[in-house]
Amino acid sequence: MKTRRSGLVALEVLAVLLFLAFLFPFFIVLVNSAKTPFEITQSPLSFPARWRNVLDNMVSIWTSPNIQYSSSFVSSVVITAASLLLLNLLASQAAWALVRTKTRLSTGIFITFVAAMVIPFQIVMFPLLTWFRELAQITGVRLLRSYTGIILAYIGFGMSQSIFMFHGFIKSIPLELEEAATIDGCTRPQTFYKIIFPILKPIHATVLVLNGIWIWNDFLLPLLILGKGNRVMTIPLAVSNFAGAYVKQWDLILTAILMAMVPIVVCFLVAQKAIIKGMVAGSIK
Amino acid sequence: MRKAKHPPVFWLFLAPVLFAFVVVIVVPFLLGVFYSFTNWSATARLGETLSFIGLENYGKILKDPSFLYSFMLTVVYTVLNMAAINVVSFGLAMLVTQAIKGRNVYRAGFFVPNLIGGLILGYVWQFIFNNAVPSLGTLLGLPAWADPANLVLAKNASALLALVVVSTWQYAGYIMVIYVAAIENIPQELIEAAQIDGASPWRRLFAITLPMTGQAFTITMFLTLVNSFKQFDVNVSLTAGGPSVMFMDQPIFGTQLLAMNIYNQGFKSNDMAGGQARAVVFFLVLALVSVVQVSINKKKEIEL
Repeated sequence: MKTRRSGLVALEVLAVLLFLAFLFPFFIVLVNSAKTPFEITQSPLSFPARWRNVLDNMVSIWTSPNIQYSSSFVSSVVITAASLLLLNLLASQAAWALVRTKTRLSTGIFITFVAAMVIPFQIVMFPLLTWFRELAQITGVRLLRSYTGIILAYIGFGMSQSIFMFHGFIKSIPLELEEAATIDGCTRPQTFYKIIFPILKPIHATVLVLNGIWIWNDFLLPLLILGKGNRVMTIPLAVSNFAGAYVKQWDLILTAILMAMVPIVVCFLVAQKAIIKGMVAGSIK
Repeated sequence: MRKAKHPPVFWLFLAPVLFAFVVVIVVPFLLGVFYSFTNWSATARLGETLSFIGLENYGKILKDPSFLYSFMLTVVYTVLNMAAINVVSFGLAMLVTQAIKGRNVYRAGFFVPNLIGGLILGYVWQFIFNNAVPSLGTLLGLPAWADPANLVLAKNASALLALVVVSTWQYAGYIMVIYVAAIENIPQELIEAAQIDGASPWRRLFAITLPMTGQAFTITMFLTLVNSFKQFDVNVSLTAGGPSVMFMDQPIFGTQLLAMNIYNQGFKSNDMAGGQARAVVFFLVLALVSVVQVSINKKKEIEL
């Protein structure tokens, strides 16, 4: 048994080394966020002379009118939260309607939604812009550079997969449950919101995680719909705007990056199990 | 009373997503395919000077060095990336399913890069390649590393490998989690029986673990294929397409993948119709390749 034990120790050493290697870029971000520009050029690998600098850097990022970090942070939160709320509500009720109405039309609609998952964003991005512009002229509802437009886009691009996930789960819910509710005097919508919606909790979590990570980090769609430097920006837009404009200000760029990472890493540490489970469930569809 | 085939609640519940689907996907998709056969541009719009020009845009892109180069580059990148991510993540999955202490901590650590967007990670690695690596070279007494001419991102081949390194680092933890789920589903008796029969760890890997995780391979290959092919964010922030290279007697971006080529053609060169034709080719190739990949993997699953 001795060789087995030493084999395990070797694996443990390997795991530790790989673990450190994987987290090394985060270490680089952290130590350099607390440095002055001079320190960074002198020694990007060493610990900072003064850890408190990280707070100073954060304050200057947060308050700088050039970066618009604080307003971008708020916009990112608003866009992600609103898109997630609507996606979960709308996709789950649509999936339920599709499962519980067994007609050729409903199957056709479902298959169309699923088939649309293979459409890459690149093929719709140019026409989406001109079409949004024209639609805004016709309806008077601003779609470009606005919350309405980007949230609508996220619902459109996110709903196929979300409906698909809810659909799979709802199929396994026994119909008797709903019949009992109907006998007790529930209308159809009431049956959904009061009986079915709460049962879907695990799928809601999965859908939240999958869409949340995607929307929070997304770059190309906000770049097209919101644009850089306009009235509404998300964090990735603000960071790329800033990193492109001040190529050498690594102290501030890395601090901005650190501030972009912290919220999502904190979420991960709090809900690690749910997040990993959600990501796996999302892939094995 | 006859019940309606589609009760009002059916349409009520479906209306919002149908609306979003039509406005955001169906209409732009159809318009996009249509525009690729026209002279569509910022000035030529619907109802104005837009005219049908048949396959002209497609003919042009087949002769365009930047598109051909990006296409080949994307194929090379996708193959390298699929290989790197799957080998690394399968290795990590094997590692964290052993009876080692603290394996959940390792799993979480390997997974973390996946939580951060490619755009931000690209900037982090740009700093590492341009600043941290030269500094490390000085520390280790390797002045060649500190020479600006030798920077990883200063040469085409190494910049492409840098893209592979960054996306492997970003994506391996996610793919690892899928492999872990598959490996943990292998019946323990199978492994114990093999151990009793004296099968070596290598033998167990090829005779049990790999065949029993065939289904996971179909998924991971598909995910890595599609994601590599569509790479945009890391490309923008890490290399921005550079450095430049001569190809078919023209200077072009040396690390510009297809997604970025499409974007630049439309917005930087203001050739929306040309960009759209590229996007249609991109879509068809991606759809075809992923169908082929999934069917090959499915066949393998059965054989194993």
